[in-house]
Amino acid sequence: MRSVLSPSALLPPRSGLTRGHQAWRDGAFRATLTACGVSVILLVAAVLVQLIAAAMPAIRQFGPSFLWTVRWDPVHSVFGALTYAYGTLASSLVALILAVPVSLGVAIYLAEIAPAGVSTVLSFVVELLASIPSVILGLWGIFVMAPWLRNAVEPALSRTLGWLPLFSGPPYGIGLLAGGMILAIMLVPIVSSVSREVLKTVPVTQREAAYAIGATRWEVIHRAVLPYGRTGIIGAVILGLGRTLGETMAVTMVIGNRPQISPSLFQPAYTIAAALANEFSEATTDIYVSALIELAMVLFVITLIVNAIARWLVWRLAPRGVVSA
Amino acid sequence: MTPTPRAALRRRLVDRAMTGLSFAAVLLALVPLASVLGYVVAQGITALNWAFFTQLPRPVGETGGGMANAIAGTLTLIGLASCIGLPVGILGGVYLGELGNGRLGGWIRFTADVLNGVPSIVVGIFVYTLLVVPMKRFSALAGGAALGIMMTPLVMRTTEELVRLVPATLREAALALGVPWRVTTLRVVLRTATVGVVTGVMLAVARISGETAPLLFTAFNNQYWQSRLDQPTASLTVQLYNYAIAPYDDWHRQAWAAALVLMTMVLVLNITARLVGRRQVSARRSS
Repeated sequence: MRSVLSPSALLPPRSGLTRGHQAWRDGAFRATLTACGVSVILLVAAVLVQLIAAAMPAIRQFGPSFLWTVRWDPVHSVFGALTYAYGTLASSLVALILAVPVSLGVAIYLAEIAPAGVSTVLSFVVELLASIPSVILGLWGIFVMAPWLRNAVEPALSRTLGWLPLFSGPPYGIGLLAGGMILAIMLVPIVSSVSREVLKTVPVTQREAAYAIGATRWEVIHRAVLPYGRTGIIGAVILGLGRTLGETMAVTMVIGNRPQISPSLFQPAYTIAAALANEFSEATTDIYVSALIELAMVLFVITLIVNAIARWLVWRLAPRGVVSA
Repeated sequence: MTPTPRAALRRRLVDRAMTGLSFAAVLLALVPLASVLGYVVAQGITALNWAFFTQLPRPVGETGGGMANAIAGTLTLIGLASCIGLPVGILGGVYLGELGNGRLGGWIRFTADVLNGVPSIVVGIFVYTLLVVPMKRFSALAGGAALGIMMTPLVMRTTEELVRLVPATLREAALALGVPWRVTTLRVVLRTATVGVVTGVMLAVARISGETAPLLFTAFNNQYWQSRLDQPTASLTVQLYNYAIAPYDDWHRQAWAAALVLMTMVLVLNITARLVGRRQVSARRSS
């Protein structure tokens, strides 16, 4: 193989071209690169246009009340998104409540406390969690996590906190709590790795100043580092929220897929993404398909907004950084 | 004002307690990882046999059979996705790294990240309306397109990162020798970044090979060997999903076997890419 830096390897095969030809070819190459870059913008626009077009029959028929109608009745062609929207938001909320404290702890430990070597290895391992395909997490959820919830966690919760409507009713295992927990497991590596990167951008002087006036390590983290990184950490959490809202397989497998709004976390629920996964290939009438596509459009627009906010918050710290998630 | 000993003790205790709590958070985060890996390996190994790799699925009621067609299907889909994701992703990444400092670059970067966050099921439905409806059938092509759309922004952003790490002196040296800009970009810049770009591609392949949702209404599923790209195609993930939610014990065993095969593939790609990538990036940054 010729060396990268040997000039003979670099010169174009037909170096007899005039300067004009070279300029033209450089221009064509530049145009190709630009076209590839611009294609993602066109793609996102195409997704939006295509979804709106396909959802149009449902949008015309149901209008904005689609969003707050509870009834979803394919037999009578009446479609409302509220139970699905509720399931999506509620499962994500449960996930955030479970995952954010843990993720912050992980990020603080890895960025501020652990020695460099330990931090590298542990970061690597925590990020492996993010690489587990969601369908495998769902399989584990069905056969390992849900039985554990049904036999251990939910009975314990209902014995101690059963007077709260949240923890009332029989333990099913499969349900909103299971959906939220599986989402929390997916959230931790994302939120903790982005938060860790955010904490690393906090200037050393910020820490040194706090240490210099006699603060303990926790006081340094709590008073000097976290306030500085607050915006970025909120961005990390919102980024994670964007993922949980659209997560499909693992949730579909453990949330129970029953369209209802119940105060109890033990009860089954249904998310937008799960409804799409289960019902789309079974939809028989045109209006049914169109209503499902309108659900997809709602989900798409929500995740676009959530992601845009998250990127904006995180980017203020590292304008061009690839925040791996 | 000197602090009282009690206050000092309290502050030290709080410090210790919070350190302990954050370490506990790390352990807590590792519990599901260990449990998932443990169960997949333990359950998968007992279910995995030679037939899994060589035979077709059996109908309900008959035990045995395998997922040979699904393994082939997954590889086909990855191949098709790469035909879209690699050229567009790599060239787009070079654009961002070399020319993307203006406003257009900012928009592309932003949209690529947003596209990365679009729910995969929505991508599936988009491709359904775009390809499956006009072709009037589910197909490997549609599945590959859906995965290709997911792969593009991932490859684009990692390529950009790696292209940016190439020292400006290399470009200047080549240009000073009279090498045209496009040749410099392809044969000096991109070539120097090759190892990093390949690791980025491996991560993207690992990610899409575990995707299920975008395949449900595009590649669909198939109990037999698919011979043409415009036919429905089985994949490990969709097959795993169908078997996991079915009420048959034998199918559950097969689902765990599929999980083990898929997980091995994803983890090997991930770990290799991260080990190689880390060394590459740290070497480049310190030089």
